[in-house]
Amino acid sequence: MLLREKPLDPGSMVICPRCGHVLHRYQPEGLQRSLVFSLTAAVLFVISNAFPIVGLTSQGLESSTSLLGMVDSLFHDDMPLVAILVFATTFLMPALVIGALIYMLLPLRLGFLAPNVAAIFRIMHLSKPWAMVEVFMLGLIITISKLNALATVLPEIALWSFVCLMFALTAAAANFDPRTFWDQVEKLQ
Amino acid sequence: MTDHVLTGTAAHVVGCDGCGLAHHALPDQHDMCCLRCGLPLHFRKPDSLNRTWALLIASYVLIIPANLLPVMKSSTLAGTEDDTIMGGVIYLWESGSEVLGAILFIASIVIPLSKLFALTYLLISVRRRSTWQPKTRTQIYRVLEAVGRWSMIDVYVASMLTALVQFGNLMSINVGAGAIAFGAVVVLTMIAAECFDPRLIWDAADQTQATTDSPKENHAV
Repeated sequence: MLLREKPLDPGSMVICPRCGHVLHRYQPEGLQRSLVFSLTAAVLFVISNAFPIVGLTSQGLESSTSLLGMVDSLFHDDMPLVAILVFATTFLMPALVIGALIYMLLPLRLGFLAPNVAAIFRIMHLSKPWAMVEVFMLGLIITISKLNALATVLPEIALWSFVCLMFALTAAAANFDPRTFWDQVEKLQ
Repeated sequence: MTDHVLTGTAAHVVGCDGCGLAHHALPDQHDMCCLRCGLPLHFRKPDSLNRTWALLIASYVLIIPANLLPVMKSSTLAGTEDDTIMGGVIYLWESGSEVLGAILFIASIVIPLSKLFALTYLLISVRRRSTWQPKTRTQIYRVLEAVGRWSMIDVYVASMLTALVQFGNLMSINVGAGAIAFGAVVVLTMIAAECFDPRLIWDAADQTQATTDSPKENHAV
């Protein structure tokens, strides 16, 4: 249904009177918060992928894996489709979302407009539903509890940074309101 | 002012799904793009019912091997063991982690099945031009759109175990063919939900309202 736009108070939101869906949340500070959280997420993303997530020791046997190591072993296990799915949802798409948010918001904060901002916005809009860091975290908890039965599981540094990444990425995405963003872009043009 | 709710289609206004910018356009216009962010504009998503049906039927077919084929194969000195999705849930439950077993059960069995049934129901109700509780049906759609991603848990568990437990003959775990089918179900139902247009639910309600001519307040604010 069609609604006429009205000026809003900070912190208020527009709810469709018919279906109850939240159409738009007006948070003037939201873009700044989103930028801070995306920069945090970028650092955590690097740490999360540079170090192993969990290690395993059992009767002298040891193994540990990082996220990309997991993708690699799936490829060697003749499961390229699963490998691509895992790679896309836990690495590629989150990286695109974080990168796109920084690319759009950092120049805006510094007072100029990055080129091709519309194309980057489209990339973020399309990749956001496929970034599943929080689902991966829950899968990780279940994996650890399954392995606890047969070996000693050692949480490694990337596990903790993954937990933080999950919160940072969710906060960055939740604070990014497309309408506020485009209003600011239009002010600069 | 009309005596029923003013829709964008009736007013020749279409909003962008991405950035929200409203454009003037005629309902029979095609291949429009948002002037601001460049995403395609649609009064209703193109060919929505057919596309959603096609993806849904494919998911119904794939959910059978997803549940019957093993998602994980563990081989030890004692022999090999195949684990289906349900097998993984039972293992967790019996080993004392009831909470995680329940989470895995909801994510891998309840969510995919209820998503398929709910989407089927929505498609049939739209085709039959049902006017029953459009708000409830829209909320069903929003929920199934939001929870679908959680079904991926089992794929991650199998992948992680494959990467970690590789001790040659002593013990190794490998991803089974069921994981491919299961991953495909999750991806296809996510695309199916994306293809479905919740505005179609309201179209039937609007048409009935227009024909019965019931006086109603204009909600456009």
